[in-house]
Amino acid sequence: MSKILEVKNLNTSFFTHLGEVKAVRGNTFSLEKGDILGIVGESGSGKSVTALSIMGLIEHPGRIVSGEVVFNGEVISTKSNKEMSSIRGSEISMIFQDPMTSLNPVFTIENLMMEVIMRHQKVSKSKAREIAIEKLRMVGIPEPEKRIKSYPHEFSGGMRQRAMIATALSCNPKLLIADEPTTALDVTIQAQILEILRKLATEIDTSIMIITHDLGVIAETCKNLIVMYGGMIMEKGTVDEIFHSPQHPYTLGLMNSVPKLHQKEKSRLIPIPGSPPDLMNPPKGCPFSPRCPYAMSICREEMAPAYRIGPTHTSACWMLHQDAPQTEVFKKGCEVDAG
Amino acid sequence: MGSISYYVRRVVSSLLTIVLIATVTFLMMHSIPGGPFSREKAVPAEILKSLNEKYNLDAPLHEQYVDYMYRLFIKFDFGPSFSIIGTSVNQLIDSGKDASLKIGLYASIVIILLGIPLGIISALKQNKPIDYAVMFMATLGVTIPSFVVATLIIYFFAGKLGWIPTFGLEDPRGYIGPVVALAGYSLSFVSRLTRSSMLEVLRQDYIRTARANGISEFKVIAKHAVKNALIPVVTYIGPMIAALLTGSFVVEKIFAIPGMGRYFVVSVGNRDYTTIMGMTILYSAFYIVTILLVDIAYGFIDPRIRLGKE
Repeated sequence: MSKILEVKNLNTSFFTHLGEVKAVRGNTFSLEKGDILGIVGESGSGKSVTALSIMGLIEHPGRIVSGEVVFNGEVISTKSNKEMSSIRGSEISMIFQDPMTSLNPVFTIENLMMEVIMRHQKVSKSKAREIAIEKLRMVGIPEPEKRIKSYPHEFSGGMRQRAMIATALSCNPKLLIADEPTTALDVTIQAQILEILRKLATEIDTSIMIITHDLGVIAETCKNLIVMYGGMIMEKGTVDEIFHSPQHPYTLGLMNSVPKLHQKEKSRLIPIPGSPPDLMNPPKGCPFSPRCPYAMSICREEMAPAYRIGPTHTSACWMLHQDAPQTEVFKKGCEVDAG
Repeated sequence: MGSISYYVRRVVSSLLTIVLIATVTFLMMHSIPGGPFSREKAVPAEILKSLNEKYNLDAPLHEQYVDYMYRLFIKFDFGPSFSIIGTSVNQLIDSGKDASLKIGLYASIVIILLGIPLGIISALKQNKPIDYAVMFMATLGVTIPSFVVATLIIYFFAGKLGWIPTFGLEDPRGYIGPVVALAGYSLSFVSRLTRSSMLEVLRQDYIRTARANGISEFKVIAKHAVKNALIPVVTYIGPMIAALLTGSFVVEKIFAIPGMGRYFVVSVGNRDYTTIMGMTILYSAFYIVTILLVDIAYGFIDPRIRLGKE
């Protein structure tokens, strides 16, 4: 299988009056064609900035400081905004968190969708309308011929998110980035939206990158998973690998703070103490070290390299070093990942 | 956009508003001591009596009221002016309306064609020199009163440079001074309003969505942002046009323009009931009509506003 997306050593910063905010620090990951990749992390962990960097939508005062984004074998991180605008919406699409505010309120769904279709495809107006109706039907909007004339405020939250997905998929993109696609929706609607994404991924052969802070969403949809914290990738692997044997204290913390069905009723959730790091002055060493129950002195001095646990599983934690203390959880003595 | 019954209701309520305004003005004018014929030098009692009789001012208040309302709403007759003898208020308005309407119309056009684009450019170049320059001028325009602007225009452009005439409208260039002086405040206000509204809209999620869909930057601004940003601007522009069209006393006075504005102010001092009433009702009618037009325009700009539906 070939890679649709490769992100190499990406660094994105925002240069504010108070100083440089390093939102993304040295991210490297890739996405295979046809895969669904999840990126999980709490607010401010750099998930969305990673996505916007790929899209070339980082706005002033932010910019990509170093690293590159390779899409379908082509470096896109050096392209101009104008060049990127012909890729956005046709080759790479993105949908956003809040469907209530992400659709322009003064235009009809028809107007918004046809604009995107006619921007990227050389088709007539009537053909564009046909495509739009077809896509709305695909995402499960009833009577799309009629509903396409609606304004966004005439749609419910779930319907708007469907309309947004239909717009994003209107040009059959090779990659869809979904930034918290279900966060603002009811639980029942969430499941439907995820089902639509999963179905479409196979139907029109689109690779998907889902950004979320919800491990449930990941478990339901993704094959591969990246755990981010403080702008860095903490752990990477397949969903099975990470859910069955998390090898980073932060991932472990995330898992423990989610309720589980088989747990006894009275058992408490274990929150992660402390708060996310200030990216203006990130801690020296591992960003998670101030909150980490396993933190050692080296953690506060230097960021751990990524250790390879399995063929697809890596984790950046000193607990995997051969000299680390023995625990039940961490498989110490792993090799440092060369890639 | 909205149903016929909505418009009928709006027109009826507008008419009722005008009747109410006429009534309140009528009662307030008559509750103040003195009358149109009170002078520093006392007018002889017999003359005053015959004057009051002539203009029906000796009749009981309710009779005067019914009489006035009848003439106003049935015959559209504002009555004779009390201070400019031998002239009706209709004639006064008629003689002033051309100059006032023209200057007001030109000022409105200047404001819309210049203020909105300046605001948009300012927002797009936020914190750049051009933004600072526009906002500096706009701050001056909002803070400097129109009579100062008018005086400066006459001093420099009419007096020192001689580019425009100092008064009157015989020369087409005569319009420049009054239009600039009249437009100054609203032009500045509209460009500031457009700028802040635009900045607000540019931060919205749907602008990011448009960019993420590959829409060209020009269309993101010209289509997606501007239509949203204009909603608050339209709210201001409607009543503004009403105010500009009905004439400004200050500007008309300084440039010696025979408009409607000056009659209004003069009539207040003279207790010229009929002229005051006539001008007040004219102003109100203009306002009410433009507010109605703004409400209708809303329906076209913002589909979330549905006229006539609860």
